[in-house]
Amino acid sequence: MAQKDPGEIHPLQRLMDNPWLLLALGVVIPTVSYTLWAWFELYNVAPATLP
Amino acid sequence: MSIYPPPPGWFKAPHGAERLWVGLAMSWCLMMFVAMPYWHFYGKQNSTGEAYRVEPAAFAQRVQRFVSTNQVGELNGIPIVQPAPGGDAYLQAQMWSWYPILKLKKGQTYRLHISSIDLQHGFSLQPVNMNFQILPGYDHVLTLTPTSSGEFTIICNEFCGIGHHLMAGRILVEE
Amino acid sequence: MTTTTISGDAPLAEPRGNHAAGSVRACDTTGLPVCLSAQRFMKLHAVTAVVFLLIGGIGAILLGLTRWPAVHLLPADWYYRILTLHGLDMLIVMILNFEIAILYFAGTTLLNSRLFSSAMAWIAFVLMLVGAVMFNGTILIGKADVLMTSYAPLVAHPLFYLGIILFAVGALVAVINFFGTLYIAKRDHTYEGSVPLVVFGATAAAIIAVVTLLHGAVVMIPTFLWSVGVIPSIDPGWYRVTWWGLGHMSQQVNVCAMVSVWYLLGALTVGAKPISEAVCRGAFVLYILFINLASAHHILVDPGVGAAWKIWNTSYAMYLAVLASMIHGFTVPASIEVALRAKGFQRGLFGWLANAPWSNPGFSGFFLSLVIFGFGGGITGVVLGTQQINIMAHNTLRIPGHFHVTVVGGTTLAFMALTYYLVPLIFQREFYAKTWCRIQPYLFGIGITTMAIGMSFAGSYGVPRRHWDVEFTGAPFAPAFDSGAHVMLGLLGVGAVIAFLGLFLFIALVVATVFFGHSNAGQPMQAWHVDRRAAAAIHPTAGAGGEDQRTPGTLLLVLVFLASFAVYYFANWLWLSDVWHVR
Repeated sequence: MAQKDPGEIHPLQRLMDNPWLLLALGVVIPTVSYTLWAWFELYNVAPATLP
Repeated sequence: MSIYPPPPGWFKAPHGAERLWVGLAMSWCLMMFVAMPYWHFYGKQNSTGEAYRVEPAAFAQRVQRFVSTNQVGELNGIPIVQPAPGGDAYLQAQMWSWYPILKLKKGQTYRLHISSIDLQHGFSLQPVNMNFQILPGYDHVLTLTPTSSGEFTIICNEFCGIGHHLMAGRILVEE
Repeated sequence: MTTTTISGDAPLAEPRGNHAAGSVRACDTTGLPVCLSAQRFMKLHAVTAVVFLLIGGIGAILLGLTRWPAVHLLPADWYYRILTLHGLDMLIVMILNFEIAILYFAGTTLLNSRLFSSAMAWIAFVLMLVGAVMFNGTILIGKADVLMTSYAPLVAHPLFYLGIILFAVGALVAVINFFGTLYIAKRDHTYEGSVPLVVFGATAAAIIAVVTLLHGAVVMIPTFLWSVGVIPSIDPGWYRVTWWGLGHMSQQVNVCAMVSVWYLLGALTVGAKPISEAVCRGAFVLYILFINLASAHHILVDPGVGAAWKIWNTSYAMYLAVLASMIHGFTVPASIEVALRAKGFQRGLFGWLANAPWSNPGFSGFFLSLVIFGFGGGITGVVLGTQQINIMAHNTLRIPGHFHVTVVGGTTLAFMALTYYLVPLIFQREFYAKTWCRIQPYLFGIGITTMAIGMSFAGSYGVPRRHWDVEFTGAPFAPAFDSGAHVMLGLLGVGAVIAFLGLFLFIALVVATVFFGHSNAGQPMQAWHVDRRAAAAIHPTAGAGGEDQRTPGTLLLVLVFLASFAVYYFANWLWLSDVWHVR
């Protein structure tokens, strides 16, 4: 069965067919959004004044 | 079938019932997402995580000073302490008690500072059913307004050793 | 037949397997090519999973009978100890072993490929087993009474942390082995075009497993060093955020694996086809990108992290990953409806459902898993994970109520259903006592749902999770929970007993069959009640044309689901408005 012409493959299908790109995105996005952002917030917790 | 490679040209937009459902689900998801920032600005119950770094020993000292300056009574050997309305109140979590007993006034707002001097604990106020995480080294500040009066029990709902299920305290709220 | 490749290289020949001679067998039932090396490891991991399911299950009934106040079986120290064991053995050891078996299956059998490396598979298996034994041992001798989460400053014996590290490294090696298999399959042109949907779902699970295990390493290695005195202290806030990268993200591996198994069982039981490959795969992509943000659910009432972080992450990025679940919640039953309507069960809205093969435990377990996960787990999860609603729910029994419907009623039950095919197809043994097999998924599903309802309602009264004594005997004050809470704890106990019977029955059937069952090598497996006519009739390249793609029954089901979701969601906001004002 003939494949479609390369130019006809939708960019989203190219993404889905590329497990390495998905792996990279799947690692980077949660690490930045959940982990690094939280670490940043915790790091910036100010000292208590205990008024 | 899902166990075979799909026929080429499988990347197609949904149609029919599927498309309707994706649209409905997406709308519902957006609605749920908007609800949280909405409640953050207009709702009265929020968890903003306001906190400051503190040494457990320094926090314990501040609690002692709070107790000595504001004590109004005692229950089961634990001081009952009444903070000024609109002011700061302090609560210490430790294995295995909550110290002191706070006496608050309904409708008044307090800045409640809670920390632990040893392990992690779970501040769980019953029967209001309000729950916050308490960490050693962090002064967790809750800007709190009791909206009901009576006697309330603080239990611990974060495992803190063999006495965990004995850890209970009190908050009293007068009209 | 020649084909042109996507990249425009010289034309490749027909796809063909890359197995060495004599290292593959054709399945007598499906004709699919089973790599013998992968098969060996599927068996090893599946057997290990069942062993730890039994250990974790014994722990489960002991715990259930302790939280049932009328029984209150275990003393306090053993309650917290067994709770530690139960959580780790079920959520980490049992379930990851099963998932690695699924990865090895998906990467090889469904791609006509050999396993990337037998050496890596051995290393992975041994590390995982040694690690599991190490931390199980430490727990049982009382040196790790820290619960599964081991929140610093609680500290356990160093071998507890080392065991978890070894297990995680082993699991990561197995996941890399799966990616290696994907690579050589593509390189050796063992299949044409895109991977099958089940493989795509398994890949999503594997990607999430990588993030999970990386977080595990980042949190456990310093904690281990702290436990031996090399590092002076561990910040508890940092520990919680990072640990839940391991703890919750591992559950998202379970979600992806479970959904992949749903599609697999749909194919095996009724010959279902995905109604839209693009939509199903798109949903998996949303999982890959966003579902891990939901680790934030556990940090919603923590100090130190702000409202913006909490709201963005707990929403899985504007609920895009929830959208993915809702999509699968439609496409999976819809594919069943299309397949059954195609067999002639066209009457009314639910004629197809009434005539579904409910006596096939592979089907009943799968469909029960779908309903329990969707209605029970999905709805409670999103609601409990709503930033402000979590104030009422954090660390109450509502949380275990939620995750027992998702990971037990959902994932574990789906894996049990799959076992009714795994054993005849991979172990090549016919099940004993088939009548009991047919009953088992219902027994387990009903038990777990009952128990979870008991937990959820008790938690709504404020009853804490991970807590030995709801009466607070000996404490200076007692919260005096409503009598309704006690009834619910009794329901928890009853449900736990029924679920344990279902679990034990499953294990007995599997063990008896694997060790003493009759071999079916050389012939197709005995049908549970698969209509092979329809399975054979669906050619892999058949298009949508000419087939009835209507799914009115499923559409009604999902609308009922959405309505239930909305009611539960708004009811919780209403309850929240009665809580004291807090910021």
